[in-house]
Amino acid sequence: MGAVHISTTINGDTVEYICRPDESLLDVLRDRLGMTGSKEGCGTGDCGACSVTIDGRLVCSCLVLGAEAGGHEIETIEGMADGDKLHPLQQSFLEHAALQCGICTPGFLIAARSLLERNPDPTETEVRYWLAGNLCRCTGYDKIVRAVMDTAKDMKKKGRRNAA
Amino acid sequence: MLTVKLGGSLAAKAGGKSEFEIEGRNVADVLRALGELCPELKPILDKGVSVSIDGTLHREALYQPLTPANEIFILPRMAGG
Amino acid sequence: MPLDTKPNVIPTTFKTVGTRPVRPDGVDKVTGRARFGADMQAPGMLVGRVLRSPHAHARIVKIDTSKAEALPGVKAVITSKDMPAQEGCDMDVLTNVMARDKALYDGHAVAAVAAVDAAVARKALKLIKVDYKVLPHVTDVDEAMKPDAPILHAHIEHEYQQDLLETAGHVKGKKERTLPKGKRPSNIAGRYEFGHGDIKKGFAEADVIVEHEFTTEATHQGYIEPHACLASVSSDGWAEMWVCTQGHFMVRDVCAKLLGLDVSRLRVTASEIGGGFGGKTTVFIEPVALALSRKAGKPVKIVMSREEVFRATGPTSSASMKVKIGAKRDGTFTAADAILKFQGGAFPGSPVEMGAMCAFACYDLRNVRIIGYDVVTNRPKQAAYRAPGAPMAAFAVEACVGELSEKLKMDAIDIRLKNAAKEGTVSSYGPTFGPVGLVETLQAAKAHKNYKVKLGPNQGRGVASGFWFNFGGQTCTTLNLNSDGTLGLAVGTPDIGGSRASMCLMAAEELGIAYDDVRTIVADTGSLGYNDISEGSRVTFSSGLATINAARDCKKKLCQRAAMIWGIPEEAVEWKDGHARPAGANAGNFEPLSIKELAAKASGTGGPIAGHFEVNADGAGPSFATHVVDVEVDPETGAMKVLRYLVVQDAGKAIHPDYVEGQFQGGAVQGIGWVLNEEYIYGADGRLQNPGFLDYRIPVCSDVPMIDTVIVEVPNPGHPYGVRGVGETSIVPPLAAVANAVSAAMGVRATTLPMSPPKVLAALENKMRKAAD
Repeated sequence: MGAVHISTTINGDTVEYICRPDESLLDVLRDRLGMTGSKEGCGTGDCGACSVTIDGRLVCSCLVLGAEAGGHEIETIEGMADGDKLHPLQQSFLEHAALQCGICTPGFLIAARSLLERNPDPTETEVRYWLAGNLCRCTGYDKIVRAVMDTAKDMKKKGRRNAA
Repeated sequence: MLTVKLGGSLAAKAGGKSEFEIEGRNVADVLRALGELCPELKPILDKGVSVSIDGTLHREALYQPLTPANEIFILPRMAGG
Repeated sequence: MPLDTKPNVIPTTFKTVGTRPVRPDGVDKVTGRARFGADMQAPGMLVGRVLRSPHAHARIVKIDTSKAEALPGVKAVITSKDMPAQEGCDMDVLTNVMARDKALYDGHAVAAVAAVDAAVARKALKLIKVDYKVLPHVTDVDEAMKPDAPILHAHIEHEYQQDLLETAGHVKGKKERTLPKGKRPSNIAGRYEFGHGDIKKGFAEADVIVEHEFTTEATHQGYIEPHACLASVSSDGWAEMWVCTQGHFMVRDVCAKLLGLDVSRLRVTASEIGGGFGGKTTVFIEPVALALSRKAGKPVKIVMSREEVFRATGPTSSASMKVKIGAKRDGTFTAADAILKFQGGAFPGSPVEMGAMCAFACYDLRNVRIIGYDVVTNRPKQAAYRAPGAPMAAFAVEACVGELSEKLKMDAIDIRLKNAAKEGTVSSYGPTFGPVGLVETLQAAKAHKNYKVKLGPNQGRGVASGFWFNFGGQTCTTLNLNSDGTLGLAVGTPDIGGSRASMCLMAAEELGIAYDDVRTIVADTGSLGYNDISEGSRVTFSSGLATINAARDCKKKLCQRAAMIWGIPEEAVEWKDGHARPAGANAGNFEPLSIKELAAKASGTGGPIAGHFEVNADGAGPSFATHVVDVEVDPETGAMKVLRYLVVQDAGKAIHPDYVEGQFQGGAVQGIGWVLNEEYIYGADGRLQNPGFLDYRIPVCSDVPMIDTVIVEVPNPGHPYGVRGVGETSIVPPLAAVANAVSAAMGVRATTLPMSPPKVLAALENKMRKAAD
């Protein structure tokens, strides 16, 4: 099987790459495009450290083929901040100390943003179940959940319904 | 004379004896003397042990001064995670 | 360098220490910019992959690498032949890194390749032909202790005593067999005994005695980041490595030893680390990457897969234990006895000694004995897991204490208060305690609102206390004053929990300047003297102590410069609130000079200003904790829900309270996973059945509630600010606290971990059957 030529949009930019048919999107992002913000924790879709969105849908990029990404809109952690302006979730994670080693943080941020886009006023239970696909071993999840809920509260106050 | 106590595996390698009276001014003196008294213990002492002096743990503090008033325990070398 | 012999006066008020600023490495971590072990590239880099044994125990008869070497794109293939034993190297570590004559566990490395890309490397592994002679294997600790068990190492011998034969089940249910006297090949690598007093006498004095057998299964630290490194050896023998590790100086020294390199020719940089918890305090792929790079003449990157992490890194021990505690009617413990059997995988060195020392550490006991056995099995070589050995031992002991409190109808916290270790208590492992905070944690737990919540049906509350020694160790830090008055602090302890923020706080406190004016980096091995591993809850204590002393060194030099500028003697200058000022009216009427002003004048007063400190830090103080947890059991499914969790722990002085709370919460949740779900499952073939996050299920967000925390501060006189390490103690009580809660909810004592739903159901059914009889 020969290599495939793909053209896609990543964080708003047009990106082209060549990859093998059996390469995951995560492999492409990390090894071909140098975008190492998405992490491989397991390679089998169990840990969520590789979370990205494709056309607004939250996925594990280790379970998506690089060859499938053509013509879609992919959002990764690298595109979450707006220049030097952090997304409210990123700022909240820092203020709540919702990270210790930080390896799971990109995945959690992408997943949390996805939640708030769908449900701007989640309960603690809704937050916990939505984030159940992201593993963290350092924090025990407490400060992560507080960070997400406080962000939702803040964004509601500021009248931002769209979390994007 | 310093009163030196051994814990755990160290007492086992010292023929079951867990308390010694040793002449010395510091930890290095104690370890040297113990190694001479109990040859089976010497390789473990050389590899490294933890020493508790009045309840404070030391790892490799060879020239820590000792007096007869100190409570001295030689314990297996410990490490955490 | 010996510490200042002046008595340590610990401040009671702080300006910056104790606040909660944003960490210096934070923005990089929330934007994905931070670089972890697998995030580094090098020009011409090759991909390294390891071939691993599919057998739990096998003789390696022959390895034929010729076809792999001939595959286009393969640049190097190595076996143990390429890693010959060096004088004085640790043979167990070397053999674990690459099997020599035997494969000792499913996943044991037997060969490795470096190729131009992952696809070629994978193909090359398939072309390596290994002739194995499969041998009988043993993975269970009790089975491995039997005199007729398959033997892993011919040179390990043990003399079996009668009581051990009984413990090992050798004579259980059979006609008594006798063994010839003397040592024989065995999987028992060591027997250790601690304690004092007379337990026979002590048990005779008891009104109530509780005795149980317990088992726990092996668990993995479960860090989300797999091991990864990038090694580059050049033809003149100089080497570099980028690696996620808890100790890059250790990596340098161990790899140099194993490969026969001079330590100074290998420069190791610690990447950001995605979790370690003790599992990254040793080497696995690092020497392999160096050996491959040396042979191929190109940089080699090795990243472990999650499956490899489970099969071939360092899970903790599984344990088989027996604990017996006797008490008077008023709750005073009269005697305590424990037998701990830990298997540490294929090489000696399970943490049974430390488990034995921690087991009864929370209690003031006149009569106590702990016997520990270190056993080898056909499993991966264990590595430290956050307070190694202590969680399992505490589980067994605290379960018995819980049962005593029920039998004596005493409150669970009161019975612990009655027997609690304090300053002046002779510990169960020997030394007398200095000031410690166990009583304070028990009192704070009792006063907390969680302890007063009324429980409903099928709900139970569990209490447990725990202890860890905490260590000091070799530490070097350098504090450089920049020309704009900001400070660059270089430490040598990888940041595994947010410690850089704490270092900045301590330096800022000492110098009386703003937190934002200090930036901390973790320097590479070429830039600082030796630093011990980030383990043993030592970083905030040791690097903190060194940072504070480096700042004091800096202050002294700043005062010297001010004295020079003012033309007055050094002793006439003091440092206060971030300024050099004349010490008293007689010194002269000079305007104070700020650190920024002195920095600007540095080149004119003698050159750059820096403070540094090198020490083998001693005086780390132990940290005690008490946990209270409420659990609800579903009697139909056996599922358990953690309703409430409280951690009360002594931090000595919390430098950055957010990160102290973080340690409390993280350790508690790891403990919850250990007790409710996590276990290594081995098949009859000796192979690990669940090497992945799906079937080795760590707690997810929806499994746990908020973790309430209370920080107690009983200052440690051994640290300038009173700091005690906190990282490890937090995992010691949870196994017992949760198991006690489940036991209370079920009405049946939990003695086997994990208490997964099928086990809970079986226990409930058993209870109903017994009640019906």
